[in-house]
Amino acid sequence: MQTNTEIGYNSKIEGDVIVTRVDAALNWFRKNSVWPMPMGLACCAIELMAAGASRYDISRFGAEVMRFSPRQSDVMIVAGTVTYKMALAVKRIYDQMAEPKWVIAMGACASTGGMYRSYAVLQGVDNVIPVDVYVAGCPPRPEALLDAFIKLQNKVVAKAPVVSTLTIANLKN
Amino acid sequence: MSALELAQKLGAQFGELLAAPVEFRGEVTLAVQDAERIAEVCIFAKTTLGFDYLVDISSVDNYGVDPRWTVVYELCGLAHRCHLRLKTDVGEEKSELPTVTGVWRTADWHEREIYDMMGIRFRGHPDLRRILMWEGYPYFPLRKDFPLAGKPSEMPDIAFSRPAPLEGGPFVTMAGAEHATTREPRVRTPENG
Repeated sequence: MQTNTEIGYNSKIEGDVIVTRVDAALNWFRKNSVWPMPMGLACCAIELMAAGASRYDISRFGAEVMRFSPRQSDVMIVAGTVTYKMALAVKRIYDQMAEPKWVIAMGACASTGGMYRSYAVLQGVDNVIPVDVYVAGCPPRPEALLDAFIKLQNKVVAKAPVVSTLTIANLKN
Repeated sequence: MSALELAQKLGAQFGELLAAPVEFRGEVTLAVQDAERIAEVCIFAKTTLGFDYLVDISSVDNYGVDPRWTVVYELCGLAHRCHLRLKTDVGEEKSELPTVTGVWRTADWHEREIYDMMGIRFRGHPDLRRILMWEGYPYFPLRKDFPLAGKPSEMPDIAFSRPAPLEGGPFVTMAGAEHATTREPRVRTPENG
């Protein structure tokens, strides 16, 4: 039985020109180079590091470039307990990230406050910034983070058109 | 030389100021009757008795009892390896005692933490600011009359806090239980065990 091993683009068959939509192409670029802002605040950050290292290898999904500058990053991975003292700093870093931007709340603490029903801990980072994907676990295994990352990629490609009608109107003028 | 002998030497030096040393499970505790003189007891313990290492300072809220605060000093000597505990009581209306940062520099952050969490001030401390909560947080969260869930507060551009949803809690684990569902943190009051 013959199996199809051609999973990529083959220029010998399909020629040198690909036809696609700008939206689809741009979202495909974005999907495969989502650079994380590692907001490592507690033990979840250790699992985040494991996801970045060779065994789990987040670079398979184009996300190995941990940017410690919010200006260069696309997704903020909030990995750990967000205290009230840290909350507005997290928000400020999120505000400094360029659009389009996404947020993964990694682990129970970042999602809901986790076991810290306490005077000091923000009860979920979604109280200050919008969250795209929540990851359960305390801490989640690297596979869980990768799964969340694939879900985020699906969300990125399913996004509404990048080239807005406003841009098209400007091009016409 | 044992911790008890060192405690007796301390008692001989200061007489009425110190209560008789109490030994419990191999640990020796000395009560200092007047919190105002804690620093001079500490100086003597360090310079003459060789307690060169201050392990910790902690504080106790005896809520509803006068005096309300107990400040506890854990002393250790690296040469003779003896451990000694000093306790002193501080009244609520005063809530102040002298610093021991001049004796052990490490006392700096211990005393800041006690100030932050319990609101006891240390006179003469070089830098008595909050260490864990942000400057301007209006409460002392480890006091017994502070609710576990916290209280709302607002510091524009610095921090805010909201009470946590306790859902009938606090949630308590049962570490030795056989099944995972029993071990999980749940609401446990004295009535439902």
